[in-house]
Amino acid sequence: MPLISLRDVTKSYPPSSRGGAVVHAVQGLNLDIEAGDIYGIIGYSGAGKSTLVRLINALEDATSGSILVDGDEVTRMKESELRRLRLGIGMIFQQFNLFNSKTVAGNVAYPLEVAKTPRADIAPRVAELLDFVGLSDKARNYPEQLSGGQKQRVGIARALATSPRILLADEATSALDPETTHEVLELLKRVNTEFGVTIVVITHEMDVIQTLATKVAVMDGGRIVEQGDVFDVFSKPTEASSQRFVSTVVRGVPSDAELVALRQRHPGRIVTLSFRDGNTSQGAVFSDLAQAGVAFELIYGGINDIRGRVFGHLTLALTGYADAVDRALATIATKVDVTEAPSHE
Amino acid sequence: MNDLIPLLPKLWQASYETLYIVGLSLIFGGLGGLILGLGLYTTRSNSLFSNRPVFGVLNVLVNVFRPIPFIIFLAAAQPLARFVTGTGIGNTAIIFTLSLAAAFGISRIVEQNLLTVQPGVIEAARSVGASRSRIMLTLLIPEALGPLILGYTFIVVALVDMSAVAGYVGGGGLGTFAIQYGYRQFHPVVTWAAVLVIIVIVQLVQFLGNYLARKALRR
Repeated sequence: MPLISLRDVTKSYPPSSRGGAVVHAVQGLNLDIEAGDIYGIIGYSGAGKSTLVRLINALEDATSGSILVDGDEVTRMKESELRRLRLGIGMIFQQFNLFNSKTVAGNVAYPLEVAKTPRADIAPRVAELLDFVGLSDKARNYPEQLSGGQKQRVGIARALATSPRILLADEATSALDPETTHEVLELLKRVNTEFGVTIVVITHEMDVIQTLATKVAVMDGGRIVEQGDVFDVFSKPTEASSQRFVSTVVRGVPSDAELVALRQRHPGRIVTLSFRDGNTSQGAVFSDLAQAGVAFELIYGGINDIRGRVFGHLTLALTGYADAVDRALATIATKVDVTEAPSHE
Repeated sequence: MNDLIPLLPKLWQASYETLYIVGLSLIFGGLGGLILGLGLYTTRSNSLFSNRPVFGVLNVLVNVFRPIPFIIFLAAAQPLARFVTGTGIGNTAIIFTLSLAAAFGISRIVEQNLLTVQPGVIEAARSVGASRSRIMLTLLIPEALGPLILGYTFIVVALVDMSAVAGYVGGGGLGTFAIQYGYRQFHPVVTWAAVLVIIVIVQLVQFLGNYLARKALRR
């Protein structure tokens, strides 16, 4: 049984102004997250990601549908039951949301106080958590004395204080620079491997999914348009809206605007070849082109690595006799995915 | 100067009475204002105890009473003061009325300062399973403590100002002293002495408030 299971979940907000339209932040959503997963949820701003993650710990209540966490129906819980549920679900935020009136140690201790942990057990647990996130020397500091990365590490320590089984990360690295992002992601990986915590990561950053997630769902307009293994979804998205999103975050596919610019420089035929997982060598494709008498120039491209599995897109400008190019494309189409850019008018 | 010297004991007595009136009004009005302000803050939409009707009632209540000039409020509330405290005159009556009036003013200051707390901080506390009342008492007030102290300092200064009309209902204090012995006796020096004491009180209060707020904000 999945650890988190959402069935036909809808969340609507009443119109913000009189006579306005009802806003459906999430609609008819189904999602299963297994224990031990690092589940990425990716999509444009306003796709409903933040609402979705808050439905899991009931910071937002669903308008309809069923939400099971560890077999318990969240949507029917009373306030006191919700508080118990939340002790088992940690959460970290884009803006860290640390308590400015408390020290680092005080921030980490707060959930323990809420959980009525015996006083004598709090200090050792706080020390243990600060050691885990590498901030033992900052226990007596206040949040404003910390860097962004340190703040998020305090956030992680606070979220883990009550030893939850689930950690929700809402754009947890979006306010951090690339290097700090990397450190925080490594820390989250350790949370998953060392404590077996199931992590749900909301992000619009490809890097986060690429380095962290084991599975991914693409959200658009309050729905999940595609979900599955990270490599499959990113190397070969099947739905139009996920293709559109993936193409904005995956390196190597020229955007429409870039294609127009490329067209001006290369009047011939332009094709994009998509390689996945090393099942076709680039060399074989290039030699096919050469044998057919087609000259080519690499004009755009990129190679992506997702946890050791590689895929890439190469855009070529082809020159040669029309029938030779047709023949060559027919040959290589049996080996790789070929997408031809529409010719210019 | 010769007018003032024989009145000095009365000046000290009046200073003491002003501090007495302001101090007790701050305690009662401050507490009432804190509760009313928490009510305003927590019942507004998307807050801890969102409740439109309750917020509406509190909001109108505060809006009705807060703008009434204090000297008129003092007269209008006299029957109420008599009913609650047993007397409609003297320092007890003025403390009652002043506390009541201050509570409405303080409630807005409390509400405004609580609104400076980032909603995300409240959300973080909810996400670890804290109850709403726990959040209100152990988090909301500490998070807004610095600005709250400055707000209350501002109110103390306003209370000193308002307490000066106590003489109208037979109360004492520096206002009564200045009118009775200075203005009515044509002794401006006596009036100015009362002014000087008020300036000193206000400066000390503001100094203390700034100091405490700086400590709370750690800057």
